[in-house]
Amino acid sequence: MPLILAARWLTMSRDDWGRAVDARFWLLQTFNGLSYGALLFLLGSGLSLIFGVMRIVNLAHGAYFLLGGYVALSVIWSTGSWALALPAAALAVAVVGLLMERLFLRPLGFDPLRQVLLTVGFAFLFQQGALDIWGGDNMDITPPAALTRSVLVGGLYLPVYRIFMIGLAVVIGLALWVAMEKTRMGAAVRATVDDAQMARGVGIDTSRISMLIFALGSALAALGGVIGGAFLGVYPGLDFQILPIAFAVVIIGGMGSLTGAAIGALVVGLADNFGKALFPEVSYFTLYAPMALLLAVKPTGLFGRE
Amino acid sequence: MTVSFISNRRNLLAVLAVLILVCVVTPYTGPFLTLLVTRALVFAILAMSLDILLGFTGLASLGQAAYLGVGAYLTAILATRYQFGLGWSFWVVVVLGALAGAATAGLFGLIAIRASGVYFLMITLALGQCVWGLAYRWNSLTGGDNGLNLPGRPTFGIAMTSDLNWFYLVFGFFAASLGILYLLVLSPFGRSLEGIREQEVRMRILGYNTWLHKYIAFVIAGGFGGLAGVLWATTNGHVSPEDVVLTTSVDALLMVVLGGSGTLVGGAIGSAVVVFLREYLSTRVPWWQYALGSVYVLTILYLPGGLMSIPALLSQWRARERGAATLAAPPQ
Amino acid sequence: MSNRAGTIIGAALAASVGLIGLGATTAAAEELRIGFLAPMTGPFAQVGKDMVNGFEMYLDETKSNFGGAAVKFIVEDEQAKPPVSVLKAEKLIRQDQVHMFVGGVLASTGYALAPVSTREKTVYIPSIPAADDLTQRDSSKYPYLIRTGWSSSQPVHPFGQWACEQGYKRIAVIAADYAFGYETVGGFQKSFEDCGGKIIQKIWPPLGTIDFGPFIPTIKQDADAIFTLMVGPMSLQFPKQLAQAGNTKPVIGGGTSYDEFSLPFMGDEVIGHVSPLQYSAALDTPKNAAFVKAYRAKYGKVPSYFSESNYTTAQLIDDVMKKTGGKWPGPEQFVATMAGLKVDAVRGPVSFDEFRNPVQNIYIKKVEKKKMFGYDKDELWNTVIKTYPAVGQFWTYGKDAFLKQPVYSRDFPPCKYCE
Repeated sequence: MPLILAARWLTMSRDDWGRAVDARFWLLQTFNGLSYGALLFLLGSGLSLIFGVMRIVNLAHGAYFLLGGYVALSVIWSTGSWALALPAAALAVAVVGLLMERLFLRPLGFDPLRQVLLTVGFAFLFQQGALDIWGGDNMDITPPAALTRSVLVGGLYLPVYRIFMIGLAVVIGLALWVAMEKTRMGAAVRATVDDAQMARGVGIDTSRISMLIFALGSALAALGGVIGGAFLGVYPGLDFQILPIAFAVVIIGGMGSLTGAAIGALVVGLADNFGKALFPEVSYFTLYAPMALLLAVKPTGLFGRE
Repeated sequence: MTVSFISNRRNLLAVLAVLILVCVVTPYTGPFLTLLVTRALVFAILAMSLDILLGFTGLASLGQAAYLGVGAYLTAILATRYQFGLGWSFWVVVVLGALAGAATAGLFGLIAIRASGVYFLMITLALGQCVWGLAYRWNSLTGGDNGLNLPGRPTFGIAMTSDLNWFYLVFGFFAASLGILYLLVLSPFGRSLEGIREQEVRMRILGYNTWLHKYIAFVIAGGFGGLAGVLWATTNGHVSPEDVVLTTSVDALLMVVLGGSGTLVGGAIGSAVVVFLREYLSTRVPWWQYALGSVYVLTILYLPGGLMSIPALLSQWRARERGAATLAAPPQ
Repeated sequence: MSNRAGTIIGAALAASVGLIGLGATTAAAEELRIGFLAPMTGPFAQVGKDMVNGFEMYLDETKSNFGGAAVKFIVEDEQAKPPVSVLKAEKLIRQDQVHMFVGGVLASTGYALAPVSTREKTVYIPSIPAADDLTQRDSSKYPYLIRTGWSSSQPVHPFGQWACEQGYKRIAVIAADYAFGYETVGGFQKSFEDCGGKIIQKIWPPLGTIDFGPFIPTIKQDADAIFTLMVGPMSLQFPKQLAQAGNTKPVIGGGTSYDEFSLPFMGDEVIGHVSPLQYSAALDTPKNAAFVKAYRAKYGKVPSYFSESNYTTAQLIDDVMKKTGGKWPGPEQFVATMAGLKVDAVRGPVSFDEFRNPVQNIYIKKVEKKKMFGYDKDELWNTVIKTYPAVGQFWTYGKDAFLKQPVYSRDFPPCKYCE
């Protein structure tokens, strides 16, 4: 891959260079990368938390994302309110996640491989169920008109929706951080992530924490799905399309770390964006090859704990 | 469960009997089912290669489809670009495919073996995706998303265009692979792999180079994956990036767990069940995806040893029912 | 214990007996067995449903009677995966003994199924796969193949000429990076540059891209218009993101960018976008009006070319069977008879060229919001603004000259004016 990058760099035409050093181009791409990263943060933070607390690799996470989008569509069709769809979808999927954790993952005990495979089995079931309930059309979530405009800032057209995405991710990220760092519940969660046995030793109810975190993680994924639904669409196949990217976020940032998820989301969002803009031919490499190499050097990710 | 299961003489005879049964009965089931069984056999080779990693070395990989892809694309490229592999040269392609799979595993292993558990899962996923990305984007070599059409099955003395002949050949490869892997598992090397699976630290203390052992197992698994790829391409006559998507690797892993990891034949049984559910049930009912998903979920929940553990569980249950002390060897 | 061995052997025996029973086939007498391959699960499941619905609507209208033969219609799920389509095709041929198999969606499926038709000497009718070479450079390999849909570059050849007539001189292209994208762009580029236009840029977002953030800012500001080729979810997201980025240039595109599969879910940002295809649901003919109204009443959505193509395929098969008095004439004769047909289909007049690809009208259509066919709501429709009659797959180039050039690809035609 380095050879390909070098070759591309050397053969860039003058206009490619001209474009590349155009400040507006860089600004716009950075902004795009940030907004994509914001969405990925919603998706990845849940995955990271679930792994951190329960050591479960939730391969149904993409399905939760998509399910969030579908539930939101149903809410919008029946009530006409987009604002209502956000909490409704998050809540509905949180319940689904809770049930899955309680009824199916908990009885397995600590067996990472089988837990992973169980989540895959569910992902398949979700896929078919979603197809039967909502059909297979490529659908779209329409946010309120106020969010669909673009503002002109310094000669650049910035879609308000992307600004909203960044804003929402920041707010949620801060809320999560405050909850983790400043509340007792958060301390209990952090203790469980660090050392579950010790946590139980000091009287923390780790099984309740697990339940809470799984529900929270699912809710975050669903929220991502509702937000992403206006931006990526809602269609069968999106679940498995978005899953490897969610894993890229969590792997690069480190599993179990909220800060890691944020950094990972930023890195993936920007790298994917710039990779596609500058080197579209090898765009899949700009995501997976660095991921593999990073894992080779630091198997727990940038901020991972183990 | 593993070596004790395999070295049990009765189980060996049972497996042999089933093999003979499959070989003899299949041609009578009709041309479509023969084709289905052929595909199941090819996938069984892939599943067994994964079982070496999972069941015997304790490494769960989500990237096994990569080696299938390498073998398959090599076969297709040689056949379409160089007209190579259409006659006796097919056997050379078989060797090349296995070597290509092993070489790829050799490369990937350098990156992956350092990790274990979930991280190993993630790295192999990423590496598998890299191969998929290549198959997809390297248009000039792989035909991109259109894929490559092979000119036809090879003819060396016997025409392989006959599905029946091809079935026998694939069966031969499957039986040979099973035999080789069986010997591998029983060998001292195989035993040390199991030792690593159980207690890696202790093995290291005893002076074993555990990294090298794992690496070699990884390469061997890759080699058999490549072989499966050659057979896959020739069975279908067509290769496309769809053959190396993530779900193929996931399927392979599920097949092993479904059948029973650490039993070698478990992978073959898992392959038969999955292929049957996917390809046969889908011609009968529209809700086959629910059936497949449910089978996965139920097996994982209630049959930790996979389908292969059913007889042992049955006898345990029966022994308990009788109230007598169980005489059967412990299943795990 | 021999217990376990016994259980295993017993189970295997039972399974084998069962399998033999399952595999038994029954051949039927005077019926026409049509196999249909479409994705019924997975990301393309809705496309598959639309295809089946289109075909079945014709079956319902004729009560499954084609010229006297009773039609047995067998649908198999090929999941949009080429190896599965090959397997299901074999099943249809070997086990169900179909006389022909129809369908497939992706070009890769078409390429995988075509050799099966040759190998098994069974008729294959790709009603959707549009890969050019199936009926061009590779057509001699597939004598049992007759295509009833279209070829990728067929609609865009006249479109290039139309673009010149609009006064566009410099066009930037952004198209999905795969074979269908290359063939569509290639056809457009060839005819557009042959009448004096210039393609000044080609951007290729990977297939499945839904975030066009990286690509939109790179579109050249001094182009007269933007040509886009999008499929599936891409076609839904791209126009939205383009509009949000403040685009004011005219947007034109390949037919699938705005077809009726995605159009109902699009917003006002696509009003005014123009594209070519052999079908538009807004085609204002009595035959199409009847078709659209019946289809919508039955299946709840406006039919796209996925449905129309299969409806017309059924009609073509029916016409052949009428000519043979309901008797199966054998694959060679069937193909020859169908290739000689001239029908008045929902999309207009259809006949076949010597490579067994349709010769048909190409409609230049523009997205407008209005009421049509008596429906009481304003909706998005592809209004036909110009018709090019009897367009073949080679346009005005003549088959020899055309076949001498390589198939349209990422690098052909070369981007002479790219800056």
